[in-house]
Order: sequence, then C-alpha cells, then structure tokens
Amino acid sequence: MDRRGFIKTTAAMAGVAAIPAAFALPARAAGEIRLGLVAKSLGNGFFVAVDKGAEEAAKQIGNVKVIFTGPTSTTAEGQIEVIQSLIDQHVDAIAISANDPDALVPICKRAMARGIKVMSYDSAVSPAGRIVHLAPSSDELIGEALDKLAAASLPGGKGQIALVSATPTSTNQNAWIAVMKQHLSQYPGLDLVATTYGNDLADDSYREATALLQKYPHLKVIVSPSSVGIVASAKAVEDAKKVGQVYVTGLGLPSECAGHVMAGSIKEFAIWNPIDLGYSVTYVAVDLVKGMKGPGNSLPAGKMGKIAFNSDGIGAMAVPFTYDKSNVEQFAKVF
Amino acid sequence: MHKLSARLRALPHEAGLALLTVLLLALVTSAFPRFLTVDNVKSLFDDTALLIMLAVGEMFVLLTRSVDLSVAANAALTGMVVALFNAHHPGAGIVPVLIIAVVMGGALGLINGLLVWRVNIPSIVVTLGTLSVYRGCVYVVSGGAWVNSGQMSPFFLGFVRVPILGISVLSWIGIIVAVLAYLFLRYTVPGRNLYAAGNNPNAAAYAGIDVGRMQCMAFVLSGAIAGLAGYLWVARFAVAYTDIASGFELQVIAACVIGGVSITGGVGGVVGVVLGGLFLGIIKNALPVVGISPFFQMAVSGLVITIAVILNAGTYRKSHGRKILERAEAGP
Repeated sequence: MDRRGFIKTTAAMAGVAAIPAAFALPARAAGEIRLGLVAKSLGNGFFVAVDKGAEEAAKQIGNVKVIFTGPTSTTAEGQIEVIQSLIDQHVDAIAISANDPDALVPICKRAMARGIKVMSYDSAVSPAGRIVHLAPSSDELIGEALDKLAAASLPGGKGQIALVSATPTSTNQNAWIAVMKQHLSQYPGLDLVATTYGNDLADDSYREATALLQKYPHLKVIVSPSSVGIVASAKAVEDAKKVGQVYVTGLGLPSECAGHVMAGSIKEFAIWNPIDLGYSVTYVAVDLVKGMKGPGNSLPAGKMGKIAFNSDGIGAMAVPFTYDKSNVEQFAKVF
Repeated sequence: MHKLSARLRALPHEAGLALLTVLLLALVTSAFPRFLTVDNVKSLFDDTALLIMLAVGEMFVLLTRSVDLSVAANAALTGMVVALFNAHHPGAGIVPVLIIAVVMGGALGLINGLLVWRVNIPSIVVTLGTLSVYRGCVYVVSGGAWVNSGQMSPFFLGFVRVPILGISVLSWIGIIVAVLAYLFLRYTVPGRNLYAAGNNPNAAAYAGIDVGRMQCMAFVLSGAIAGLAGYLWVARFAVAYTDIASGFELQVIAACVIGGVSITGGVGGVVGVVLGGLFLGIIKNALPVVGISPFFQMAVSGLVITIAVILNAGTYRKSHGRKILERAEAGP
C-alpha cells in the first residue's frame, strides 16, 4: 500500500471505528477472553516458546484464547498490519514484542481507543502506545544474576574472574555490568580483574577470551553477558585446553550453549525463560481485561507470583532462569 | 646483471615491511613477554591464516584494477551453507564440505566477475551490491537462526584443528594458498597476464590479453578462496551466525594495502600480502594483552596501520609495476 492509500484507509477506519466498537463488543460470545500475542517475527524459536507458555496460562485460567501471530520479517510495518487485523477481529487484549517502539504507537492508540488492552513484552512500545510493559527481567536482576553465576562457577567461590562484554557502548550490557560491579562487594571471593569487549562478534570475542587466558594464568571464570561472547569464549577455553580450569558463564540461549555445556567449558548460564514470559504475559493481559489497573500496581501472574509495575507501567518478570547440564538439552529444542 | 638489479629494486618494500613487523613484535613482546610463547604464536598463525587467505584472493582482484568488497559476505554465506549442509548431513565427511565451500565461493565470485566483464559495471559498484545480496542471503538460508557447535559434526569442527608437524591444518591451508598463489603469479601465463591487465589495460589488450576475462578470473579465484575461508571460519569459531566476518572486507583490503598492493592495479605480490596480514594479525592479537583500554584499541590500531602505510609510501612510489618480460641478455 502506498503512503497516501494508507493514510486514506487509516482515516476511513478511524471514522468507522467509533460505530462498531459501540455494539460489536457486547455482541460477542460472553465470557471468552481473546488475546492477540504478537511476535517480532514468525519462525523465531524464542517466540514459539513464548506462545507455549501463553497456551499453558490460558489453559490454567480457563476460557482464554491466545491468537499467536506476527509478521514474516522483523519490521514495524508488518506488525502494524498484524495489529490492524487483530483489531478487526475484536480481540480483548494485544501483547506485542515491538520491532520499533515509536512506529507502533499510532496503531496501538487506535486499538486502545476501541477498548482493547494493549501491553508490550520483551521489547517495549513507547509509553503512549501501551498500558504496561513486561520486561523479562531488569538490569538490577540481571546484574545480580551475573555475580551469582560467577560465584557458582568458581570452585570454592574464590578466584579471578573477567568479563567479555559486547561493545563498549552497548547500553544493556553496560547497565548490567554496572549493577554487577555494585553488588560485587557481597561476593568477597570474586576478584574481577578485567572488562573486555568482543563487540558481539565471534572472532573478536574469541580473541579477547584467548588474550585473557594468556594474560591471567590464574583466571578461573569468564563472564560474558553477550550471546555471541559466551559461545566464543567457551570455544576459546576449549581450544586452549583449559576445560575444567576455567569456566565460562553469562547470558546465552540454550540451543547455542548446549554444545559447550556438554563439552564442559560452561557449567551453567542464564537467560530469561520465554515460556515463563508467555505465561506471565497472558496472566497480566487477562488481569487488565478484568479491569485491574496496571501502572503503579502489582498484578497476579499465577505461579510467577505478583509482578510489580512502576508508575510508568514497566514491570520485570523474574531473575534470569539458570540452565545447566540437567535441563539445557530440553530447552535447546525450544530456543 | 639486470636480473639482479631488478630484484634489488623489488626488494625494499617487502624488506621494509618485514622490518616493521619485527619492530612491532619487539614492541609488543617488551610490553607483554609471554606474547612469544610457542602456543601463542601458533594461535596467532591460526588467527591470521584466514586474513592472509582472503587477502591473497583480494590481491588477485586488486591487481586487475578492480576491488572485491564482497569477500567477507561471500565467506559468510558459504560458511552458513556448509554449516547447514553439515547439520542436515552430519555423516557426509569433510570432502563434500570442502568441495561445496570452494565451488560455491567460486560461483559467487563468478557472478561478480561476469557482471564486471560482460555487463561492464565498475567492480566497486558490483561488489557493493553483491555484498548486500550475499549477506542478505545468509538470513534467507538460515532464517536468522544460528548453527551451533552442538549441531556440527566432530569432523567438521576438528578438521581445522588437526596438528600436522605441530601446526594446525588451518595454518597449513593458509600456507598452501599463499604458496600456490605465489607459484601461479610467478610461473604461469594467466598469472602474468593478471599483472599486465591491471598495469596497463590498453597495452595488455594490444598484446592479446582479454582484460575483462582476467578480471573475471581474479573474481573467481577470490571467491573460491573466500568460500574456503568461510568454512574454515565457521569451523574455527564453532558457530555460524548471520554476522560472520562482518566488516572483515576492510581488514582484508587493509592487509593488501599494507602489503604494498596498489589499488590502482598491476603492483603487488604474495610475500607483501602475507607480511601485511601478519602485521595486522599481530596488532589485533596484541592490543588485548598489552593493556590498552578497549576504548582506544580501534583508534590505536588505525593509527598503527596508517603509520605503516606512510612509512611504506616511499618505496611504494618507486615501484612501477612488475616487469613481465625481463630483458634478454645479448648473445655472445
């Protein structure tokens, strides 16, 4: 659709919107709550897992239908079309992992104008376009988790650790590392000797990890809060034949880390559990449909307990989930 | 006599660069003595082998007054394809993997070559386009998903790591590619024609050399090497993802330029390129260990490269391309 056509259609729809919204909702089958769950793109294992969790929650709550959908490529335009079609289907709630925080605001506003509860998860929509945003975790929780992971990988909880981060300017990683350093005092055994940057590239990360092994012969743990960095560091440790002497940990996806867990270079690592995320999203969306207030409130989310949302409507689900030899294979099939 | 003086004139650039490399190595070792341990030097060779291979391929193209910006994207696409092939046919063995890598890389190079030769589009435009196309195809074939070490067969990952006479297969492949390239340029007619085509295309055409065809051949060679490097890359880092070797084409071209290959064609040689690759490899591996802040590393490496090029510029201007026909000595 060209831009003018799009604007025309949009204007027409905005005009018509008021009428059907008035009587279409009561005309629907009573009781069933329908949730449109929008992925960044289809065919991504992460979101398939999110959907799995959502279905689980829907079954638990009862009388909830999850419509899992998304564009074929990770574009905001694709998501706008998908959201439009969900509006046309008169769903009760829409949960989105946004490809662009701002581009989705107008269409989300239109959905909210028609009484649909709109929330974002994983990747946020700007505050104007959603009621609440459910982050899988928070900088605070992730930073602490990194300390815990490092301590757990250290034999006896004492020794030198070093970081292989993404780029020196990665906002997320820097925030996590800042929290990690802040809480380091609670782990007197941890001796952070270096912070290096592998630029989210396998070759750079591998080189940085190799350099750390050379420079710090007594190094015990490499922590990498980057999914590229953790596997590259693990490979560097394996190639240097230091498996068992040096452990790698950090944030990574089970499918990507499984091989290294089996090789022994990674003892345990963490990442948010997408199944739990889908589960929580569904509970929170249903809470909103039932009329509960989001921002500045705590909403019940089944087995995940209560999730607190601040006045901006942002809430964090849980500490990242830890994976090790016992469960990595099972999750590797999922994402 | 003429032969000797020609050799002496050809010597200074490589000799100067070798001296610079040794100087750099000495500087690094004084800051971090363990840099020159046997294990470390082996890993330095492993790390640099890929860069040297790609730079040798790039040199063929540069010699013909063209440039191949798509080498890294070619390596990424071929690397991803062989990784997917291995994931679906884990028992196929190493031979099909190597064949696919070289043939596919060569085919991608041939596309570049034909567009330059037959359609007559400047190589920088062609390869800037195919860079995006090949990189985009990585997403298409993989669906954006990674191929992880757990999905790769032991032979696929192990092949590059097998030590022969103390050096890994990866390093050996780098050495073999460099030696073959040297012999090809020095002792074969097509090798010499590459220089002629780039040094003076008009004269070359009058001498019966098809310049376009030489360019096309250079692209195929560059592509085939890039394809092979793609497999080696994926096997070395044990992961195939969409950003494999992202931005690596610039390092490849930098290695060529440091090595004395002229971007205006016709000048350059394998020895220089190997030294250029080693020089860059040492910088890349030394910066993390000598304790320069990560925030300055990029600037420092750029500075060192620029200085190297400036220091080399003197000898650079003196050389007027390679003499293809050496003057015959007068008979008795």
